[in-house]
Amino acid sequence: MDWQLIIASVIKIVGFVFLTTLPLVALSVWAERRVSAAIQDRVGPNRVGPLGLLQPVADGIKFLLKEDFTPSHVRKGYFWLAPALTMVPALMTCAVLPFGSKIFGEKMVIADLDVGPLFVFAIASLTVYGIVLAGWASNSKYPFLGGVRSTSQMISYEISLGLSVVPLIMIYGDLNLGRIVQNQAEHGWALLPLWGEGLSLKGFILAIPVFISFIIFTTSMFAETNRLPFDLPECETELVAGYHTEYSSMKFALFFLGEYAAMIIGSGLAVTLFFGGWSLPFGWLTPESVDAEVPWWHGLIHIGTFFAKVIAFILFFIVVRWTLPRFRYDQLMRLGWVFFFEIALFNVVLTAILLIIFK
Amino acid sequence: MTFLFFIFAALALIGGIGVVAFKNPVSSAFSMVVSFLGLAALFIQLNAFLVGVLQILVYAGAIMVLFLFIIMLLDVPQEEKKKLPFFTALGAGGIVLAFIALLVVMLSRSEVGDKTLPALEATSGPGTSDVHKIGELLFSQYWFPIQVVGILLLVATVGVVVLSKRELK
Repeated sequence: MDWQLIIASVIKIVGFVFLTTLPLVALSVWAERRVSAAIQDRVGPNRVGPLGLLQPVADGIKFLLKEDFTPSHVRKGYFWLAPALTMVPALMTCAVLPFGSKIFGEKMVIADLDVGPLFVFAIASLTVYGIVLAGWASNSKYPFLGGVRSTSQMISYEISLGLSVVPLIMIYGDLNLGRIVQNQAEHGWALLPLWGEGLSLKGFILAIPVFISFIIFTTSMFAETNRLPFDLPECETELVAGYHTEYSSMKFALFFLGEYAAMIIGSGLAVTLFFGGWSLPFGWLTPESVDAEVPWWHGLIHIGTFFAKVIAFILFFIVVRWTLPRFRYDQLMRLGWVFFFEIALFNVVLTAILLIIFK
Repeated sequence: MTFLFFIFAALALIGGIGVVAFKNPVSSAFSMVVSFLGLAALFIQLNAFLVGVLQILVYAGAIMVLFLFIIMLLDVPQEEKKKLPFFTALGAGGIVLAFIALLVVMLSRSEVGDKTLPALEATSGPGTSDVHKIGELLFSQYWFPIQVVGILLLVATVGVVVLSKRELK
């Protein structure tokens, strides 16, 4: 057995998933509350620690100490299983995201798979089980409606999500996220082809289908992660709290954390596919190839760049949530099936035609 | 890494048994998901990443979600516990045993039973991954079957739309 590989993987898993993504989840909850307060002209949580930064710690302690109440009418086994099933897939998708170039010759990605985006979609599609089971196991009206809504919503938007990535894969001719990022570092980010080979007529024209993809991808991501304006599965004004109505204490917190973790991974994937992942703009500090050696401080800068981009994207998620009103359920389904599905299909054909013209 | 094979094979088998053994339809559907996950892990161990990921994406992530959805919406009742008639049990057991015996005899006689079939080559790099290989094969050697399957799917899609629209009128 290859001990070096196992030790390196464990360090990467602990460092990326547990020491970075989970604190980022807590911080984005804080950011959500502060930004929403700023948008609504309130103050928001600012008492615990400097700027209220320790608020997530206080929240966590509260969640752990509250009574973990299980209503008597629920189906116990599934009621306990459901929160874990929302949290685990969200964290598992971290495995294929390249969060940096290289440090000490070690690739900064947990599993360098050749099916990167497909893996993310496959595991993310399992998240729906947690929500469905939560709704069903709660054995009461509103959670059930929330679960049913969530299923149909996620299935509808998964299709446009998958199709929206196809043009990018066609352009790069690769499914390995690490090589996709390297390609963008050398020849311009997918959405900003401003250097390298991207700085040409071909690059600018191909940016059109990429932009359409980006719009569809981001919107579907909102629907997949059940965020407002698409939070129909848990919308308070109709369904009390949707699928997690019957949950309390840490089990509720797991749903909450799962939602934010999914949002962070979604941001990470969007950044990787459309904004060059860990690469700096204009080809600065770009490694010569995927396997080329990189000085360790370049590696650190790349990791910092990745997380800066992810945080910017999370802030975008938050601002959108507090800006747009909620969709009606039939509007949501119409948007998914009648508009995005067709536009995404058309976009694939358009990309193919453009790729033939600009061989 | 043989122990991983045994873990995931056990997962797939336990899931498969669960599908039949559970009385509750939701538990059955869920065991099927577990079984699919075990299968996918086995594919990935053979370096067939695309097949493994598609197994999760299509079967566990889409088809079984729809199954669960329908089961929950229709509120399928739990199967009642009833005693198996003696001759039914005998017949079913006999068929199972005969099938296992057939497998054992066939595998011990043919050469396939003796050798381990090789896993896919673990390759990485542009143009050499299993995704590329499968894609190239599908669009060169097997281009005709792909077109036929595509038309079949299209016809099925049109059929579904026509059938579901008819009730609305």
